Amino acid sequence: MKNFWRHRLFWPAAALVALVTINAIARPTFLKITMQDGELYGALIDILRNSATLMLVALGMTIVIATRGIDLSVGAVMAVSGAVALTIIDGSPDPGGVGTVLVAVAFALLVSLVLGAWNGFLVSALGIQPIVATLVLMLAGRGVALLITGGFITTVNSDPLSFIASGYLTVLPFAFFISVAAIATLAVVERRTALGVLTEAVGINPEASRLAGVRSRGIIWGAYMVSGVLAGLAGVIYASNIKAADANAAGFLIELYAILAVVLGGTSLAGGKFSIAGTVIGVLIIQTLDSTILFLGVPSAQSPVFFAFVVVAVVVLQSPRTRNALRALGGSMSRGGPTVSRTEAEVAR
Amino acid sequence: MSATMTHPVAVERPTSKYQSFLSRRAGMMPTFAAVAILAVLLACAEAFLRGDFLSPGNISALLLDNAYLLILAVGMTFVILTAGIDLSVGSVMAFTGILGAQLLASGVPAWLAVVVMLAGGAVIGLLIGVLVQYFSVQPFIASLAGLFLARGLAYVVSLSSIKVEDPAILWLQTNRIRLGDWYITPTGIIALLAVAVAAFALHLTRFGRTIYAIGGNEQSARLMGLEVARTKVSAYVISGFCGGLSGLVLTAYSGAGYPRNGIGTELDAIAAVVIGGTLLIGGRGYVLGSLVGVFVYGTIKTIISFMGAEQSWMQIIIGSLLLLVIVVQRAIVARSERRR
Amino acid sequence: MAADTEVPPIVEMRGITIRFPGVLALDDVDFLLRPGEIHSLMGENGAGKSTLIKALTGVYAVDSGTITVAGERRTFTSTADAQAAGISTVYQEVNLCPNLTVGENVMLGHEPRRGSAIDWRATHAQADRHLRGLGMEVDPRSLLSTHSIAIQQLVAISRAMVLESKVLILDEPTSSLDRDEVEQLFGVIRELRNSGVAILFVSHFLDQVYEISDRITVLRNGALVGSYPIGDLPRDALVTKMIGRELDDLEALSRSAHRAIDRTGEPVLRAEGVGRRGVLEPADLEVYTGEVVGLAGLLGSGRTELVRLLYGADRPDHGHVTVNGKAARITSPRHAIDRRISFSSEDRRGEGIVADLTVAENIVLGIQARKGWMRKIRKAEQDAVVAEYIEALGVKPADPQLVVANLSGGNQQKVLLARWLATAPELLVLDEPTRGIDVGAKADIQHKVSELSAQGLSVIFISSELEEVLRLAQRIAVLRDRRKIGELDSGEVDLDGLIDYLANEGKGSAA
Repeated sequence: MKNFWRHRLFWPAAALVALVTINAIARPTFLKITMQDGELYGALIDILRNSATLMLVALGMTIVIATRGIDLSVGAVMAVSGAVALTIIDGSPDPGGVGTVLVAVAFALLVSLVLGAWNGFLVSALGIQPIVATLVLMLAGRGVALLITGGFITTVNSDPLSFIASGYLTVLPFAFFISVAAIATLAVVERRTALGVLTEAVGINPEASRLAGVRSRGIIWGAYMVSGVLAGLAGVIYASNIKAADANAAGFLIELYAILAVVLGGTSLAGGKFSIAGTVIGVLIIQTLDSTILFLGVPSAQSPVFFAFVVVAVVVLQSPRTRNALRALGGSMSRGGPTVSRTEAEVAR
Repeated sequence: MSATMTHPVAVERPTSKYQSFLSRRAGMMPTFAAVAILAVLLACAEAFLRGDFLSPGNISALLLDNAYLLILAVGMTFVILTAGIDLSVGSVMAFTGILGAQLLASGVPAWLAVVVMLAGGAVIGLLIGVLVQYFSVQPFIASLAGLFLARGLAYVVSLSSIKVEDPAILWLQTNRIRLGDWYITPTGIIALLAVAVAAFALHLTRFGRTIYAIGGNEQSARLMGLEVARTKVSAYVISGFCGGLSGLVLTAYSGAGYPRNGIGTELDAIAAVVIGGTLLIGGRGYVLGSLVGVFVYGTIKTIISFMGAEQSWMQIIIGSLLLLVIVVQRAIVARSERRR
Repeated sequence: MAADTEVPPIVEMRGITIRFPGVLALDDVDFLLRPGEIHSLMGENGAGKSTLIKALTGVYAVDSGTITVAGERRTFTSTADAQAAGISTVYQEVNLCPNLTVGENVMLGHEPRRGSAIDWRATHAQADRHLRGLGMEVDPRSLLSTHSIAIQQLVAISRAMVLESKVLILDEPTSSLDRDEVEQLFGVIRELRNSGVAILFVSHFLDQVYEISDRITVLRNGALVGSYPIGDLPRDALVTKMIGRELDDLEALSRSAHRAIDRTGEPVLRAEGVGRRGVLEPADLEVYTGEVVGLAGLLGSGRTELVRLLYGADRPDHGHVTVNGKAARITSPRHAIDRRISFSSEDRRGEGIVADLTVAENIVLGIQARKGWMRKIRKAEQDAVVAEYIEALGVKPADPQLVVANLSGGNQQKVLLARWLATAPELLVLDEPTRGIDVGAKADIQHKVSELSAQGLSVIFISSELEEVLRLAQRIAVLRDRRKIGELDSGEVDLDGLIDYLANEGKGSAA
């Protein structure tokens, strides 16, 4: 219990709770959930549904960051995936058919997997810096998406497609179930198998891991493929939501929000130790903040200002300098290990 | 202190001219490659498009159309040389542009508006630099905060475009100085001046050499007693300042401030710098290379519009070129690692 | 040549005390350094050597005590401060900028200028003068990264000369140098000493300390043991003072070399003509069950390169290997591990431990990697393995949940040994397992290797300390200049014989 507030998820969780509390006080409707035709509605439900795209992208980003990498191409992959799916549906004789949509989604995910594998190839086989390697696809990907849609915004009317983003499964939005499924799958795979610890080992010391017999190349490659598929799924959800493939707007700036979510969740960008739960909390913080900003009547275009302050606050609080200052304030109450605090002091220097 | 040895204890002199050149100039190879790429591009354009691609008018236009990008690339070069990155520049350009337009529209004198624009860019750069240096925030994240801040502030200033009618600002773009078929505007002069000042600072001042030293090995630079903290923060301030300058140039060029300007331009600037031979690991590269990189970018853009191809090809070609350059750079680095 | 005690000290540290949270790193230590002396600072890991140096160079602030340099009381707050006062440091990992020229590295921050512009011609000319002053013929306009570590170290010393340093601190400067390069370096150091520079020398190599020092100061557990002229302190006395106990422990390790090895059957490993262009000429090697084969040779002789090729850490382009009689193509560490070969790299931090993981996670990493990510080792099984090896190797502190970065070098090495032993190898390759660790841990590791090989484990053992190789190995393969030059039976050779063989065998004869 004593370690409760030292737990690395304490601060992210506290921030989320504080945000929800402020909202609940400022607007009483915030916590209100209404039942309509057997489906739940309300601000909280909206947050759960709207967070699906960011959640998927951020989960993939978490795994990639754990391997010391970064995936800047997720937004572009979303655009390509949406373009592929909608072009197939648009060109089919039966746009409203469930089969058509399933085939289209499967094909979009396959393309996303290939794009992820391409990133993984550049990083793990050619040894190119992840920022640079994924920058290539980030630049070129939207061009590819535009080529697929022929330079237009492809719009389709397809009920099964709309269902993905807007439909309800029993009482909750279907998109929410997609996020939960992705979270659960990742959490189980990472923690129930040894993939989690091996990923961390690769992220912390790639060469030592290789010599220890860890298939680091495969693990890194796999991480980018996972990120690609999850981004592809997010792209489908996005396209489903606006019923269109917009190569320029799909996933715009999402790589940055996803990275922010990962960092908010306490995973270091330096790689290594990661937390799926932390990322989930990070995504919810961002989505709640977004909802708050909207509620305040701020034009959504101006919301980046708020996120800028969030980023600054978080990184400043997490920095060694601030922690040392806080520890000094805490004085004798601190029980930090001697070596740790000293190295941090050196880092700050 | 004078310790003089009678016999040489270590002799490592290159034996041939070729070796000597390699041991001295290995770092220039990527930039030479960029020049080669540019030459090939220009030759292809000349051969396959209309025969008059390499006309003075076209080359002059190339500089003017990309002056804003060139200025951003100059600032970005400083940051990348310290092994950092600045994602904020496109947004800073938009923010300072719309801020300047708004100030002018509300009757602020032009000189004051310009000062505020430049200072605004520099302050955002300062914020990023302080986060990076004093709070150990990764440059990527710190400049991401800068991007959000600047983009959001741009919309706070105005949600839509604001026309600029101030004659002094418009003069920067409309006043063409001609020399035969060549011409240049004050915006072009500003851009070239930025390159010249940066080249001087990077190669002939201690500040510039400290930038390179930090990129080579920051820990060493600190232990050598160099002014690491101040220099690193300065690199981001310079980049932010260039963002402001670029905002001014773009406002003059387009005759308006627009909050949606420069979305993704930071990537173009990074691409130009990298194509120009500056390595993202820091410490290696030249600001003149960035000039070449911007020309490569501009030439491709011009060729595509000549051919009437779609805008999407621009992204794909720049992406492919970037890929080519980094794979080659990677091969060079891998070779030098193996040699040791 | 010993410094005259009448010469006033250039550095006088009195009553230096430094506390880290929970640890008294230095306790009332006095240290005097005189101009024109080479003064070695000795002590086990954790004795306070580096803390004392960092106090002197302004990296750490002292909690109490005084530092006087050239008669003036000083409080340094940064290395730049200390440099300005004439104190320069050359570190083990060369702290220069590889992307700049040699000349610029020498002159950085002190370039001659015209106005505010650097005068490059003058800069390189001055650099050349300083380099020649140290007897170096190096093109000052060449990139630093094109030169060997030894040259880079000399460049770092040239830089100290530019700063007009009166005190030069050399922190483990010889760790990555071969014998010739050490001689070069020592030549320069002696010249500097003769010109009146005070030199503080730190090294783990006893031979080198005795070769070059005028005076030795010994620290133990953060406290001063004493300061002695080199002539008054024989080696065994020094070691005794460093570890606070008699050397018997190490010496008592009977030469396991004398154990007889059955070499009639198939060897565990037989390598024929294994090599790689530009890395190692094709070499043969056989290792039998229960045998310890030592690889002797200087750094860069090809000893590390050979085992890396055998393990698949680097890809060989020549030769073939059989393991237990069966042909084996080993092109990645996985292949080697699958054939029950394990390899512990000489670079403990870079290629050994996974710093942010716990002791337990580090130990099971090898087995887990072998089983693949799909089959996670059960918690109970993990705990059992970890507890067993922590106990068997004496890892301290014996807390499996501790992050491994917080352990001392010796204990990290034990964790690595545990990782490899847990995979139950038939052949264990140890590259410099005892480098840079304290004497106690060193003895523990030597004991363990001897004990395991007696039980049937085959070992390839690499060490810069030839005594250690002689003590442990039954057979010694000798390498020089990226070539295997021969094999010796360790029962038939002593240290002098081995050194002679290593230096002279096969020279001039057609191979």
